[in-house]
Amino acid sequence: MPELTTAASDPAALAGYDAHPPRMGFFTDTSVCIGCKACEVACKEWNSVPEDGLELTGMSFDNTVGLSASTWRHVAFIEQIGRPGDATTPPGDSRWLMSSDVCKHCTEAGCLDVCPTGALFRTEFGTVVVQDDVCNGCGYCVSACPFGVIARRETDGGAHKCTLCYDRLTDGQMPACAKACPTQSIQFGPLDELRERANARIDELHDQGKDEARLYLENPADGIGGAGAFFLLLDDPEVYGLPPDPVVTTRDLPRMWRHVATAGAALAAGALLATLRWKGTSQ
Amino acid sequence: MSRSYYGRPVIKETIWGSPEVPGYLFLGGLAGASSMLAGFAHAAGDHELARVSKTAATGAIALSAVALVKDLGRPERFVNMLRVVKVTSPMSVGTWLITSYAPLAAAAAASALTGKLPKAGAAATAGAAALGAGVSTYTAALICDTAVPAWHDGHREMPYLFAGSAATAAGGLGMIAVTPRHAGPAVRFAVLGAVTELTAKSLLLKRLGEGAKPYQQGRAGKLLEAGEVLTAAGLAGAVLASRDRTTAALSGLALLASSALTRFGIFEAGRASARDPAETIDPQRRRLLKKSKPAIQNPAAMTSDGAARLP
Repeated sequence: MPELTTAASDPAALAGYDAHPPRMGFFTDTSVCIGCKACEVACKEWNSVPEDGLELTGMSFDNTVGLSASTWRHVAFIEQIGRPGDATTPPGDSRWLMSSDVCKHCTEAGCLDVCPTGALFRTEFGTVVVQDDVCNGCGYCVSACPFGVIARRETDGGAHKCTLCYDRLTDGQMPACAKACPTQSIQFGPLDELRERANARIDELHDQGKDEARLYLENPADGIGGAGAFFLLLDDPEVYGLPPDPVVTTRDLPRMWRHVATAGAALAAGALLATLRWKGTSQ
Repeated sequence: MSRSYYGRPVIKETIWGSPEVPGYLFLGGLAGASSMLAGFAHAAGDHELARVSKTAATGAIALSAVALVKDLGRPERFVNMLRVVKVTSPMSVGTWLITSYAPLAAAAAASALTGKLPKAGAAATAGAAALGAGVSTYTAALICDTAVPAWHDGHREMPYLFAGSAATAAGGLGMIAVTPRHAGPAVRFAVLGAVTELTAKSLLLKRLGEGAKPYQQGRAGKLLEAGEVLTAAGLAGAVLASRDRTTAALSGLALLASSALTRFGIFEAGRASARDPAETIDPQRRRLLKKSKPAIQNPAAMTSDGAARLP
């Protein structure tokens, strides 16, 4: 087991864990992803995630399309093929981007905030997990996730997503996808350490002239307080199906409640006005 | 035209069902606002209107509860909503509101219809009216506290729009069921509601700017347009000829229907905005450009937090 820490600013501490292991996460370095999908398979195997359709989509080698209740790792394939006369991608710059997507285990997690049953909870590792025996399938988390990660499985009516292999973590094991990844594109470890590694990798790539490399969701100052699972990308996030500047919806909730309170008061004032006995009316 | 991953949506479309959830937005509004109207009518001695509104509130909230439970992926576990109280979850807040409101609304209606236990009935009426304010407006926070662009970005105006729509429905129902001689308060409540709703809606669309498209196109656009036509017709009837039994009933019906159409339209707008990756990506891109404008020209040369990256 990793060493216990008691940092006040981390999500596990905020969730009420006095002493807890360091925050664990993923750093997915897409620059070395080879699109083998071993992560998708290992995840399904370990977590007993059911089969969810075998269709050819025509989207390059991607036949799982996106993260869903039964796809917790998803490898995206983006073919950027330069054709003669193409100004954006000259033929010499053709490339094939691959990236293994996963739940981001946000520091400020919208799914967890809006869950009305407490089925979604923060683990001692700072990750976000659904308790299947509590979830009643209300679907609120599905609409609250800014990444379209969590979804409801139609066969059992419950919401499902990546658990960052909570069961393996409690036994000191790394998640199945990271274990299976043959190129270390998926790196698992304490988040602080991963951030250091990612920054070193970015410097290395920039030194090689790969200016397009950038980190995504590694910054604790971003709209979700930084992710527990962050990425090194080689193009804009939206090219990979990721939102370029996600902000957790609950940041605006205090303002929403204030407007709701004002609207409720206005409604009461309206009802009072309507029922007052006005001069000249029959009431 | 923004870039995307094979045109696939970035966020998931809501799995809330129709007609259950938009129907609930309408019925919950009707129930809450009816209880408020009933509360003040009761205090003012308008017994017919109070009785009608209390009955309507009870029927509407009962139907709402059925719709909400039916929409769960695991309806048999609906009681799990009562495990926790979470102000970060409008659905949790709403569950507790409805759980405390519904028995009061039912008790108020039972007392009014049977004439029994008038003091307990009056207390229940007051309680239902107070909680009704929450029941009829919290649903705005429910849909706005999501990643759905058309809903979330409308969170400033939505509570007022929903309050207005709720009053329109409650007033409209009063106009249908109460004899015109006693329907004055219902007419005034409906008129105030309809004007509020129309104002809030136009402010919402104006502030959304480019993001207003989901409200103006497709199924949502048609529903909202039809709702506006019915609101206008109902308003005209209410203002001009509410003393005539038939006109009053038809105007009330138009207002009731307009409130429902508005909720279904807003629901569909959210669905449409979630389906279109550009609705998610473009506003975020614009936000990033705004943040980084002084520093760099090329949007590709940015990190995820919008800061300029060293070359």
